[in-house]
Amino acid sequence: MHFWPLIKVLPVRTHFRFVRLAKYFSTLSIIAVIASLVLSLYPFTPPCGGLACGIDFSGGTVLELSTAPKAVDLHKAREALSGLGIGDPQVQGFGSPSSAMVRFQTPAGADANATVTKVQQRLIETLGPVRFVRTDVVGPKVSGELFGKGLLGLGLAILAMLIYIWFRFQLQFGLGAVAALFHDVILTFGMIALFKKYIEFDLRAVAAILTIIGYSMNDTVVVFDRFRENLRKYKRMPLGDVIDMSINEMLTRTIITSLTAVLALVALALFGGPSLFGLSVILLFGIAIGTYSSIYIAAPVILLWGVKRVEEEPEIVTKPATAR
Amino acid sequence: MMTLARWKVILVLLATILGLLFTLPNLLPAKVRDSLPPFMPKKTLNLGLDLQGGSYLLYSVDTVALKTEKLNNMTEDVRNTFRDKQIAFTDLVNVGGAISVRITDPNQIDDALNNLRRSVGGQLAGVPGGREVAISQAPDQRIRIVFIPEAFDAAAAKAVEQNIEVIRRRIDQMGTKEPDIARQGKDRIVIQAAGESDPNRLKSVIGQTAKLTFQMVDDAATPEDMAAGRVPPGDEIVGSSDGYSTQYLVKKRAPITGEMLTNASAGFDQNTGRPIVQFRMNGIGARRFADITRQNIGKRFAIILDKKVISAPVIEGVIPGGSGQIRGNFTQESANELVVLLNAGALPAPMKVEEQRTVGAELGADAVQAGATSSIVGLLATMVFMLLIYGGLFGGISLVALAVNALMIVGVMSFTQATLTLPGIAGLILTLAVAVDANVLIYERMRDELRAGRNLISSMDAGFARAWGTIFDANMTHIFSAAIMFSLGSGPVKGFAWTLFFGVLTTVFSAVLVTQVLLAWWFRAARPKTLPIA
Repeated sequence: MHFWPLIKVLPVRTHFRFVRLAKYFSTLSIIAVIASLVLSLYPFTPPCGGLACGIDFSGGTVLELSTAPKAVDLHKAREALSGLGIGDPQVQGFGSPSSAMVRFQTPAGADANATVTKVQQRLIETLGPVRFVRTDVVGPKVSGELFGKGLLGLGLAILAMLIYIWFRFQLQFGLGAVAALFHDVILTFGMIALFKKYIEFDLRAVAAILTIIGYSMNDTVVVFDRFRENLRKYKRMPLGDVIDMSINEMLTRTIITSLTAVLALVALALFGGPSLFGLSVILLFGIAIGTYSSIYIAAPVILLWGVKRVEEEPEIVTKPATAR
Repeated sequence: MMTLARWKVILVLLATILGLLFTLPNLLPAKVRDSLPPFMPKKTLNLGLDLQGGSYLLYSVDTVALKTEKLNNMTEDVRNTFRDKQIAFTDLVNVGGAISVRITDPNQIDDALNNLRRSVGGQLAGVPGGREVAISQAPDQRIRIVFIPEAFDAAAAKAVEQNIEVIRRRIDQMGTKEPDIARQGKDRIVIQAAGESDPNRLKSVIGQTAKLTFQMVDDAATPEDMAAGRVPPGDEIVGSSDGYSTQYLVKKRAPITGEMLTNASAGFDQNTGRPIVQFRMNGIGARRFADITRQNIGKRFAIILDKKVISAPVIEGVIPGGSGQIRGNFTQESANELVVLLNAGALPAPMKVEEQRTVGAELGADAVQAGATSSIVGLLATMVFMLLIYGGLFGGISLVALAVNALMIVGVMSFTQATLTLPGIAGLILTLAVAVDANVLIYERMRDELRAGRNLISSMDAGFARAWGTIFDANMTHIFSAAIMFSLGSGPVKGFAWTLFFGVLTTVFSAVLVTQVLLAWWFRAARPKTLPIA
């Protein structure tokens, strides 16, 4: 009975000195950002650099095939495709032993449609009865457009958040929030680059990053909200202390919310099948990073820039005001 | 808490009932659903192609090829005009998207210009007396003809429309489950067919230009001539799939074309039992066919589809009525396909596949299964977690809010028929998990207010009032993300955006209003002195 509900057991108010450690963590973050940038950009090959380009952005064809109940002979499939004159053929297992994924580029000038048919026929000849459960073909024109749209979407999202925070809070808050967003997005790119064997950079990844942007902002806004309130209440308190107090006050909420999101996403990664795995891992990582950055990036940037503090009359703390 | 507005209670009850009502069809087997009384909603979730299986095809109409063809025709018009009017010219070329010609006699230039302005290029729609082309004098006694960009755009737009018409006719004849055919942008066509089991067949029916011609075979040339590329003037070499020869030498002139066919049907050869295609021609076609067959008994003619001979029969006698049959190297399926193509007509402009996404029904069913499992596990985990943290009462209240939220999302998605995709399911799980954030914010605020020395009632009130601003700001950020995902355009990602968008709306509603109503009821019933979470 003493351990339930847990909320009664958790410390009522923590007094961590977050700001005091900000120096070290920001240094760490800057190093991580630089490393992520290098990882995701090097070797600068267009369009995706160091990331594993999905066909959404690179163009090409992906076939998902099943030979159930027989297991797929990946080696034979690879051999079959090597002599076909198609660009960069790749065969890998996918999900279960009886499934495989085949990727290739349509040679320049060839008809994508005819190439797919040719590859499918060759696979059936070599592997016996094959069912093609998924076929994705993306032409060079469309892949270029999707890539442009994806990057534009990310840029627009960050801009929209900056403007919204500026409008609802003040410019300094907006800059802090955007610094945190860049941090989250770049680190997520770094993570995708690091695990490029398992996670592809495609439209779904962009959607995941957009969700991370939304979530990270959500977290930042909640901390900022309390921060703004405390700024008005405690007009004389040093800025760093106000930040510490605000983060500590929201800490229980931050942890609970992040944990629920993590629980749901772990379920998604475990039971959502291979096509949702990448998406859920990106989201998991992003949510962890987003929580961290609300505390260690967004707030310290505000500390760096300072804020306008004499806007309105302070609230009187001792006598609680009635609710709106 | 003491003053619970009646409209709030009514709104919450109404939302719950409507949510339940619109979610219900998804839970019932199809039979029960059909037997529901007419006032009950029957729409289920609109599953995306990645969940129910199907094909998404994006074609672009080749406007460059269309322009080349139009300019080629126009070049012939220029030649004919000058011949008719006896204007001497040299160096008539069609390069760089323009026609250029040199008039030999400088005195005839004005005459030439006047004649061209009357005869070359069609009428410009919407401009009386305007023409599709701009004709101007260039240095060195030259005349230059270019397309007016607007005129060409209009022509291209018309070709795209006509292509869509032809595709629709073709697909209608195939009997595929109502596909969705839509124009996208200036020169693109999107086709979405749910449940089509054989995307290759769909593609081959849609993508073929299906230009049919009857041309005489020139038997004068030997195979050696053909191999050496010695082609007599007026002839051309055409590949073949008729099963007898790999290529034929045929006359370039095509007296009979696909437009002259009025009807085609599939049948079987009475002697061999092999599939054949029967056709009928219109008046002009029938007359020409009769003439040709009369003049060329014993010779062969080639039936050519998209620059490929499908049959090259020997003419055995006069065929007067304009009906005949094609005994090609057909399977029953390919015969049926040809019938569809012939009846629907040729595409006015060639197209190519820019993007294709096909998911088999089997994979779709797997995805639905995986989505459902992970949703249930994720939700249960969230629920247990909330109960652990906030206890039976407050945790329980957040669970009820969560349940109402889930009902509303599924209800709204069913009602609006917004597409649910696999990433959309991920969006749904995440939305529901993060939805408890609003509850957490409210509860934590209540605890803060209590700690700040307020009494119970005003802490609860302040908890709602003050958390509201935070909840609103925090959820607006998700709306922005969702709006930008819409602009990305891809189907599955759009599905993700839909669930995120509706999820935010229902979350704000259920977490704030439902929680408030439930807490107020509890407060009235129990008259508590302390908060169970403080």
